[in-house]
Amino acid sequence: MKILYGMQRPDEGVITVDGEQVVLRSPADAIARGIGMVHQHFMLADNLTVLENVVLGAEKLHGIGAGARRRILELSDAYGLGVRPDLLVEEIGVADRQRVEILKVLYRGARTLILDEPTAVLVPQEVDALFGNLRELTAEGLTVLFISHKLGEVLSVADDITVIRRGTTVATVAPAGTTPKRLAELMVGSELPTPQTRESTVTDEPVLTVAGLHLSGRDADGLLREVLADIDFTIHRGEVLGIAGVEGNGQAELVEAIIGIRQPDGGTIALAGQDVSHAPTRTRRERGIGYIPEDRHRHGLLLDAPLWENRMLGHVTEPPNSRGPLLNAKGARADTERIVREYDVRTPGIEVTAGSLSGGNQQKLIVGREMSHRPKVLIAAHPTRGVDVGAQAQIWDEIRRARREGLAVLLISADLDELIGLSDSLRVMYRGRLVASADPATVTPEELGTAMTGTAGAGVGTAEPGTETKPEPGTGSGPGEEG
Amino acid sequence: MSTDTPAGQARPGGRLLAGLRDGDRRERLLLGLSAPLLALVTALAITSAVMGLTGDNPFRAFEVMADYGSKSDSQVWIINKAIPYYLAAAAVAIGFRMNLFNIGVDGQYRVAAFFAAVVGGALSLPGVVQIPVILLTAMVCGGIWAGIAGYLKASRGVSEVITTIMLNFIGGSLIAYFLQEGRLAERDENIVHTEDIPSSSWFFEFPTSPDPVHGTILIAVAVGIVYWFVLGRTRFGYDLRAVGRSEPAAEASGVSVKRTVVTAMLLSGAVAGLVGMPTLLNESGNYGNDFPEGLGFTGIAIALLGRNHPVGMGFAALLWGFLERTGTQLEFEGYDQEIVGVMQGVIVLSVVVAYELVRRWGIRRQQRKVGEQLAAQSAAGGPNGPKGPHDSAEVSA
Repeated sequence: MKILYGMQRPDEGVITVDGEQVVLRSPADAIARGIGMVHQHFMLADNLTVLENVVLGAEKLHGIGAGARRRILELSDAYGLGVRPDLLVEEIGVADRQRVEILKVLYRGARTLILDEPTAVLVPQEVDALFGNLRELTAEGLTVLFISHKLGEVLSVADDITVIRRGTTVATVAPAGTTPKRLAELMVGSELPTPQTRESTVTDEPVLTVAGLHLSGRDADGLLREVLADIDFTIHRGEVLGIAGVEGNGQAELVEAIIGIRQPDGGTIALAGQDVSHAPTRTRRERGIGYIPEDRHRHGLLLDAPLWENRMLGHVTEPPNSRGPLLNAKGARADTERIVREYDVRTPGIEVTAGSLSGGNQQKLIVGREMSHRPKVLIAAHPTRGVDVGAQAQIWDEIRRARREGLAVLLISADLDELIGLSDSLRVMYRGRLVASADPATVTPEELGTAMTGTAGAGVGTAEPGTETKPEPGTGSGPGEEG
Repeated sequence: MSTDTPAGQARPGGRLLAGLRDGDRRERLLLGLSAPLLALVTALAITSAVMGLTGDNPFRAFEVMADYGSKSDSQVWIINKAIPYYLAAAAVAIGFRMNLFNIGVDGQYRVAAFFAAVVGGALSLPGVVQIPVILLTAMVCGGIWAGIAGYLKASRGVSEVITTIMLNFIGGSLIAYFLQEGRLAERDENIVHTEDIPSSSWFFEFPTSPDPVHGTILIAVAVGIVYWFVLGRTRFGYDLRAVGRSEPAAEASGVSVKRTVVTAMLLSGAVAGLVGMPTLLNESGNYGNDFPEGLGFTGIAIALLGRNHPVGMGFAALLWGFLERTGTQLEFEGYDQEIVGVMQGVIVLSVVVAYELVRRWGIRRQQRKVGEQLAAQSAAGGPNGPKGPHDSAEVSA
C-alpha cells in the first residue's frame, strides 16, 4: 500500500496506471495519478477543522473558502458521509474522522481509492452504508482497493480478491468461487481460528468492581456533558466482560478512568477488594491491572525505542526491569528475548525499534509484556484491531489461557464476533451509559449492532439504569458456537 | 539512535541473539559516528566555499587554526573554555531528553552565579565548607529559576519556551537591580561587582604549564557521569525519556507527566546553576558587570552538536572552544574573524541535517532488515515460532 501511495519506493517491479507505467516518488505523485489512500491510522491534523483538513495540500482545487465548503458538502451528501466542516478534528470521534479521511481522498479527485481496514471503527449498519457507497463509486468507474482482515466484508464488497501473506501474493480468487473458510485458510496457511470460548471459568470472586462511576467533560460545542454516568459492573476471576458500543460512546474514557489517567467525579473503582479510585496510575498497574491500549502507537509503545526498552514500559518498577531505583537492563533484555520467543514476535532482534515491527508483532509484544506480569485484571481495548489473522488467533488464545488461570478481562471491541466469541457476559455502551446487557451464547452480531445504536433489539435485555445487574456466573457457558 | 540508549555497556544476556546483537551494536556505533563526521565534512566544505568566495585561501586558514589551536597555551585555554560550555550543554540536554526546550539556561546560570557570588562574598568559612555552600546556592538558585517555568508548564500548560525566555529578561533585570553600589555590589573603577570571595574559597587548579587547567573541570566530569547514570541507568531516567518519546504512552504506563516535567526543569536548572562556577571560582572571584553572558545559548548549540550524549557534548564543547580560540588568531593573519561565527553556524546546521538524514537511513535499513528476516523465516518454515502452529503448515493454493 505504501508503495502504491508513493510513501515507499519498491526495490523492483513496476506499477501500471491506466496502461501507463509510472514511478511514484511521493504521495503527491500518487494523488496526481488519481490514487488516494485512507490510512488505518488517521493522518489528520487535530487542531484544524474538518474543512481545513480536507483542503490542506489541495488548496488549488477549490480554494479554502466557500468553494471548498460547497464541494465538501456536495461530496458529503452524495455519499452520505454526514461531515460537519467546521468542527475541529480533535473534537470528533474516530468514525467521523474516518469519514473525513474518505472525503479528503474524494475531494482530491481520486479515481483509485485505497482503503486500509476502513470498517474497523464502524458498526454493522454503518459498514453496510459504507459498502453501499463503495458500490456506487465503482459503478461510476472508480477503482477501490479494499484492505481488510474481515473476510465476510471482503466477500460481500469485492469483485476480485487477492490474498497477501507475509509480503507475497498467495492467491487471487473471485468472491463467487470461494468461502470465508477457504479465504481464511489462504490467509493463515492452516485452520481458521475462531474466537469462541468453550467452557466457562467464571468464579464468584470479584476482581474489578466499578460502582456509580461518573465523569463529565466538554463536548464538541464546549458544553458540559456527561461522558460517563452510572457505570456499574463487576468482573470476577476467570470472567471476560465484553463492552459493545459504537466508538465515541465513552469506552475510551471508561478505560482511562480505570487506568487512572482521568479522574472521575463520582463513583468507586475497587481492585480485588481494595479501593483504587484515587490511586495513581502506577500504583494501579503495580497492583495488577494489565492494559492493552486501543491505540498502541500512542499509548502502548515508544516507537523510537528498542524492543527491550518497550518491554519496561508500564512495568519499570517491577522485576525483571529494575532493582530498587536502578534499571536492570540485562534482566529486561533477557526477558524481552523470552517474550519474543514465547509470543512469537517476528523480529531480527530486540535492539530494533518498536516502530519497525508490523502491527501484529507490536501487539504480540504488548500482550506478552502485560501477561508477563500476571495481571489480576486485563483491560483489553480492541486487542486485535489491525493485526493479521495469525496474530489475532494467538492473542485470543492468550486471553483464553489467562482466563482459565483466573484472569478477569474487560474486553472492549468493535469486532462483534470477537466480543461474542470471547466474552462471558456482554454490556452495551451508549452515550456514556451501560444501556443493555446480552448473553453472548444467544445474541447475534446484528442484534448487538442494533442495541449499539441506542435501540434495544430482540435478544438484548435493557439494564435498568442505576441498578447493578450482576453477571451471573455461568453466563455464556453454553457451547458458544454461533456457526 | 545509538545515543538514545545506554547500549554498549550491557553484556549480551541471551545466547540466541547475541551474535546478531554484536553486529547490531557495531552498526549503530558506526551510524552514531557517521552523522557528526558527515556534518563536519559538510561544514568544512561550505566554509571553504564561503572563504573562497570572499577571496581568502581556506586551506591556509585551516592550517593556521590547526597550528595555533594545538599550541599548549591554546590547549589549556580551550579546555577551560569548554568547562562552562559543557555544563550549559548538559543543562539543555536534560530538557531535550524529555522534549522540553529550556532556552533559559542563560538566565538561570546568571541568577545562580550572582547569588552564589553574593553568598560567597559574605561568608568567610574554611574552603571545604564554603565551596560546597557556594555550589549548593548556585544549584538551588538555578533550580528555582527553572522550576518557575516547570511549575507553570505543569500547572497551567504554559510553554516552557516562552517562560524561560521571559525569565532570562527578568533575571537580567533582577541582577541589574542588585548589582549597584550600596545594594549588593561595590565599584572598582569601571567595573561594578559583588564582594570578592575569599581566596580560601577559590577552586583549586591543576598545575599545568604554561597556564593552569581549572579544577572545576571535575565538576563538569561529575555532571557528565551523573547525567549518563541517571538518564540511562535509573527508573527515573527511564520515566523521563519515556515522557520525551511519547507523552501519552508514558502517562498510560503510570508516569506522572506533570511531576516529571517539574523535576526535569529543576534538575536542568540546578545544572545550569553550575555553569557560572568555573568563572566565579577559578577566574573572577566575584560577579561583576563583566561576567560572561550568553553561555546558555552556546550550550544549546553544543547540546545539538553532541546529540545530548555525555561524551559527544564533551567533544562538541572542546570543538567550540577550539573555534573561538583560533578565530582570534585568524584575525591576526588578515582573515575576518567572523568566519569562525560562520563556521559555527554552518556546523550546527549541518549537524541537524546530517543527523536527520542518518536517522532516516537507519530506520529504512532497519525496516528492510525486519522484512528480510520475516521472508527468511517464512521460507524456513518459521523456526522462531514454537507457539505458532500455523507456521509449519504451508499454503496449498
